[in-house]
Amino acid sequence: MKSLLEINNLSGGYYKQRVIKNISCKIEKGDFVGIIGPNGSGKTTLLRLLSRSLAPEEGSVMLEDKDISRMGLKEFCRKAAFVPQDTLINFSFTVAEIVLMGRIPHLERLQPEGKYDIEIAKNAMAMTDTAYLKEKNINELSSGERQRVIIAKALTQDPTLLFLDEPTSHLDIGHQIQILDLLKKLNRDNGLTIIMVLHDLNMASEYCNRVLLLNNGEIFKEGTPQEVLTYQNIETVYKTIVVVNKNPINSKPYVILVSREK
Amino acid sequence: MKKKVIILIFLLLFAGALGIVIGSVKIPLKELFLEQNRSIVIMRILRVLTAAISGAGLAVAGIALQAILRNPLAEPYLLGTSSGAGLGAVIAITLGVSSLYMPAAAFIGAILSIILVYNLARNNNKVPEHSLILSGVIVSVALSAIIVFLISMSANEALHGMTWWLWGNIQVFNPKLILAVAILVTLGIAVIYIFCQDLNAISIGEEEATHLGINVERVKKIMIIMASLITAGLVCICGIIGFVGLIVPHMMRLVVGPNHKTLIPATCISAAIFMILCDIISRVIFPPLEIPIGVITAVLGAPTFIILLKRRQKIG
Repeated sequence: MKSLLEINNLSGGYYKQRVIKNISCKIEKGDFVGIIGPNGSGKTTLLRLLSRSLAPEEGSVMLEDKDISRMGLKEFCRKAAFVPQDTLINFSFTVAEIVLMGRIPHLERLQPEGKYDIEIAKNAMAMTDTAYLKEKNINELSSGERQRVIIAKALTQDPTLLFLDEPTSHLDIGHQIQILDLLKKLNRDNGLTIIMVLHDLNMASEYCNRVLLLNNGEIFKEGTPQEVLTYQNIETVYKTIVVVNKNPINSKPYVILVSREK
Repeated sequence: MKKKVIILIFLLLFAGALGIVIGSVKIPLKELFLEQNRSIVIMRILRVLTAAISGAGLAVAGIALQAILRNPLAEPYLLGTSSGAGLGAVIAITLGVSSLYMPAAAFIGAILSIILVYNLARNNNKVPEHSLILSGVIVSVALSAIIVFLISMSANEALHGMTWWLWGNIQVFNPKLILAVAILVTLGIAVIYIFCQDLNAISIGEEEATHLGINVERVKKIMIIMASLITAGLVCICGIIGFVGLIVPHMMRLVVGPNHKTLIPATCISAAIFMILCDIISRVIFPPLEIPIGVITAVLGAPTFIILLKRRQKIG
């Protein structure tokens, strides 16, 4: 079977400063991939290269065997959606209006949304539990609610691939679990492939079936959470002391931080 | 929604009729349509038309700039675009260029000033909203000063005097030019409307819009060109009129919401009404004197600006 996303010798960054150096990797349909690594290791840059926000300097990203930089922008956006850390919106759009914007890649200019488009938006709102917010103003929502609405918009794009850049970094643990559980459900029930940048190693261990550990713009280690999240790997990359235990409930790796001060 | 639009169209017709009936010269309604008054009626119709297109044009230019800069305070006057256009036009007249080429000179002035303001405000590829308005106002003041200087040095009658340029006036001088500008402004508004979905997406964020398949840089360029074109055309027929692009879009967002698909048509009609009414006020408040229309829009616009600013500080 062909991979959904093939990354070949990818390099790129900003103003000639190369952040990502020669990364190659394959992502299969149905994967839940976590990109982890210390600050400045290139997590967000990699995500931006994969999601076409940034053009590569060298190498290519193939989505279903097509080079993404040669795809039409709208065509790409029908296949891949993006959820940022947090979205601040200056204008008082309603939740329904925001979610329906997800249909833009599927519509021509001035083409009104049809029944099918509205159906998809409704489904997305049902899945993300945002239907009751429909008439509300996006500025009046809490950050957890707002992030669910943004995910609903991304789902309305009807993508096969969903990129997320630390989608839970502004949320408390209750809301973090709510968002990640939602993503897990979409991954399991709808076969949505997810590529997500995460800070929290234990969240990556809990939710991802594959983890990419980045260091200095290169893949330091890639594999299942058990393979990647060992104390040797983490101590080398993060330069800090940790103990890796097993989660008592599902025996996935559990990282415990250790202070150097007594 | 349809109901609101019908009400607006009705109000527009009413305001238009009012603009034709009322003037600085009092003529009883019975006598207005007599042969001897025909030229007055034609002048008033032209005047109502000028007011309508200048309102609609300035307000839609404001909407386009607000969306691409994600800043509800952006507006052709406050960003210095109007002054840039004014300076271009004044230079053209001083050099003795034919009046039909004046909009071209105004367009160059408008686009140069918008680029200047944007780059003055930019810091590390970000454009903080307060510095955008600040640099807009500074550029506007500087360019207005040059306009005043050029007009003081010139004896050219086609310049209509300083107040005309700095505070605007809807008086009809050149029907041909008005017609040309009306076509230009209508085209500009139509192009902006075609991009209404793109503007919705960009107003929630540039990266977000890119992820919805929108070529943001291209849309921004087209919007800047259209807003400059509209402003340039209008400055040539009615001088610099401020705040219209701030007041009317703001009111209409409260009435129909921020979705550009409905916001643009609703704003078009209500801005036309707004300007026709402002023009009537400017004619009747101290007859036979006429108050420059920019004075009236500024008196209404300044409080609107403060309300918007205070609200944004609360959010920020």
